[in-house]
Amino acid sequence: MTVVISLAVLVFLVVAAVWPDLIAPGDPLAIHPLDAFQPPSAQHLFGTDESGRDIFTRVIHGTRASLLIGVTATAIGIGLGLIFGLLAGLGPRWLDFGTTRLLEVMFAFPGLLLALLFIVIYGPGIVTSTIAVGLSTAPGYARLIRSQTLQVRDAPYLEAALVLGRGSVFRLTRHLLPNVAGTLFVIATLGVGQSIVWASALSYLGLGAVPPSPEWGAMLSAGRTYITSFWWMTFFPGLFIVLSAAAATLLGRGLQQRKRSS
Amino acid sequence: MSGTEGTKGAHELVPISPGSPSAAGPQHATPLLDVRNLMVRFGRGMPVVNDISFTIAPGETFGLVGESGSGKSVTSRALLGLTGSNAHVAATRLTLAAAAADGVLDLRQLSARAWRGVRGARVGYVPQAALVGLDPLRPVGREIGDALRLHTKLSPVERRAEVSELLAAAGVPEPELRAVQRPYELSGGLRQRVLIAAAIALRPSLLIADEPTTALDASVQAGILNLLERLRQNGTAILLISHDLSVVSRLASRVAVMQHGAIVETGPTARVLDAPQHPYTRQLVAAVPTNRPRGTSLAPQSIAAAPAESPTPAPSPSPSPATAAAPGESAADAELSGPTPAEPPSPAATAAPGESAGPAEAVAPAASPTPAAAGSAAGAGSAAGAAVVLRAHGLSRWFGDRAAVDDVSFTLERGRTLGLVGESGSGKTTVARLVLALTAPDKGDVELLGQPWSALPERERRPNRRRIGAIYQDALSSFDPRLTVGQILSDAASGGRSSRTDVSALLHQVGLSADVAAQRPRFLSGGQQQRVAIARALAPRPDVLICDEPVSSLDVSVQARILDLLDALQRELGVAYLFITHDLGVARHMSDDLLVMRAGRIVESGPTESVFADPREPYTRELLAAAPQLSRLAEPARSR
Repeated sequence: MTVVISLAVLVFLVVAAVWPDLIAPGDPLAIHPLDAFQPPSAQHLFGTDESGRDIFTRVIHGTRASLLIGVTATAIGIGLGLIFGLLAGLGPRWLDFGTTRLLEVMFAFPGLLLALLFIVIYGPGIVTSTIAVGLSTAPGYARLIRSQTLQVRDAPYLEAALVLGRGSVFRLTRHLLPNVAGTLFVIATLGVGQSIVWASALSYLGLGAVPPSPEWGAMLSAGRTYITSFWWMTFFPGLFIVLSAAAATLLGRGLQQRKRSS
Repeated sequence: MSGTEGTKGAHELVPISPGSPSAAGPQHATPLLDVRNLMVRFGRGMPVVNDISFTIAPGETFGLVGESGSGKSVTSRALLGLTGSNAHVAATRLTLAAAAADGVLDLRQLSARAWRGVRGARVGYVPQAALVGLDPLRPVGREIGDALRLHTKLSPVERRAEVSELLAAAGVPEPELRAVQRPYELSGGLRQRVLIAAAIALRPSLLIADEPTTALDASVQAGILNLLERLRQNGTAILLISHDLSVVSRLASRVAVMQHGAIVETGPTARVLDAPQHPYTRQLVAAVPTNRPRGTSLAPQSIAAAPAESPTPAPSPSPSPATAAAPGESAADAELSGPTPAEPPSPAATAAPGESAGPAEAVAPAASPTPAAAGSAAGAGSAAGAAVVLRAHGLSRWFGDRAAVDDVSFTLERGRTLGLVGESGSGKTTVARLVLALTAPDKGDVELLGQPWSALPERERRPNRRRIGAIYQDALSSFDPRLTVGQILSDAASGGRSSRTDVSALLHQVGLSADVAAQRPRFLSGGQQQRVAIARALAPRPDVLICDEPVSSLDVSVQARILDLLDALQRELGVAYLFITHDLGVARHMSDDLLVMRAGRIVESGPTESVFADPREPYTRELLAAAPQLSRLAEPARSR
């Protein structure tokens, strides 16, 4: 049931990301100073902001940036995690030792701090914040992939493939990678939700998307000043952050349970 | 014999005629345990135990035999009130004679509180899994002391003394030391003895032992059985539950055979085993491989009989898998959806490439075994099948400063079986890994088909890996969990290029129907899984197959069919087996030649029959004496 609901929410978000005009045909940047600070109404579903921009339109148009950041950052994290995890899991012992120590050093920093560090060096912006989030999630993925790899590497069925005369490429591509990837898919779904939250957090701090662009985190940040008088400016972007992260996370959990019970 | 005759019906009760002279030990007018029409059902399901009746006299050992799922363990749990809240237990009579002989205790009406007074105190229970049956974090002495603490008023000091005494009575050496050790510090046999010590702590009049020796080595098993027998001689009645007829036959004066939740046959042990009435009992007795000559089939209408009818094989080195005649599996067993035994012999039945011995010749060595083991490379007898396919020379392998394998040499000829027996930890599996070149030897080498094998780097070994295959005890874990049977087999056959027909031919060869291909192995039964493993191992048409305990975790009748299948495939394909097992009965049935291994060394070798007939080494004699076999039953079961 939760899987179905999460899927429905995600489908809606994907549609909003790909064809935002289908849901909100207006211009997210159009300014109507006379309509500033309108509360939610039939005309402005989510109300308007300090420049009279329609928040519903902005939130829908912001989906693309948020989802893209979430997915790309997760992809970067998993890509790096795969490289380091497989190196550590399959490589010689000294490489495993080196990689694992490096990961431990990375773990010593809270993930978001790592992202901040990266942005301090390379400057704020959507691209850098995406890479930063990807980088800071990579150690977690790497450690997970390493332990999975170690487990599968010593599985009797890999030895059986060796006994059957299978080369290392076949054993890697036919048996090891798919079995490692099986768990990875679920973890990645969970990761997308987390990445969206982190990317929004960076934007909120003014280190991601820059203000006029309709990005959830940036909108939150802009509405912060007016939070006591005009709640809708922060509430609706926040709602979408929660919704997307929760949908991705619940879907991931559902898949996890289904995998376990099958 | 007691007054019991071959009772045919499941409902009939075994009458214990008072005062009748019995070879089965002391019997009394009132049975200790009286079970009539016991029925156990879970939820709204079918009864798991259906209308079974039996009695146990004081000081008697009663055996309950059946395969997994026959309901024997549920029966024992019902007798202990441990079936759980979901279970519905009914019986017309379920009584335990009271200690003071002034009446009986009706087990049907006990409260939870009253049960606690019965369990442990009146009825002792020895569970099967000796490892999980004990709390891993507590010293075993405390575990035993629990029963004493709950049911007696002994002081802690007295309790400690009592625990030591109990451990000593259970045959645990250095009981004071062992009492403070934790389960993982003890061997499997010692753990089982600890469980028995705990079960007899309060001197119960009845001891229920559920598979007490399963998963134990033969000599350890013999020790446990002797211990149980000693307890019986001291007056404890024993309900011995096992899937293993030979275990039950060693101790029990009477047995009941269970199938599908019902007792199909019951009577004095010797009578049931010598002249089984029910077809299922006959099948069980026949499935015990001990003393069954090499080449005879263990299961009814077996595949083993089929090759004799097939025409002379075409010696063409056809790469397509040979189609074996299908085994006719017993209809009673859902193990197989195999085709009929009347399968027309396929002309595609071929010998392995380069192999010239036909089935007729391949059978011959069974009758007149030629010595092939222990370096005597002479293929003196059979001219055709004498090619040495595998030769190990002075193999040694150390783990730390302990030699797991120490100077092991042997040769294996085409189409023959070399048995390798030994207890756990003797180095059998390390030998298998050395031969499969999964572990490099520290000394010595292995030759495959006359070529260097273990000495080569893996890259050069790879092309010849298909000449040597392996099957394992745990077939399931050797399959990639993501793949279906069909994918597994086509991967093995020709690098994923094989067609669906190849897969069904492979399945057919091992007596499985083609629609198994779409399934994942974990949904198959244990026997089917092992068949798939065999099909996969034989797919590349190897010359040698390493069988590492391939039937050790299977029920005896399934085991019989797998052994028959291996036998038939060997005759048909001319593949040589290195057959590793701890079970001497299986080894004797399967092997032309035998190696006996102990602590990494080969202590005895030679043709199987001469090793069995005239063991030279004391260790071999010990091992042979420890192996429970049915034949002992012909003598009175309790001479020891």
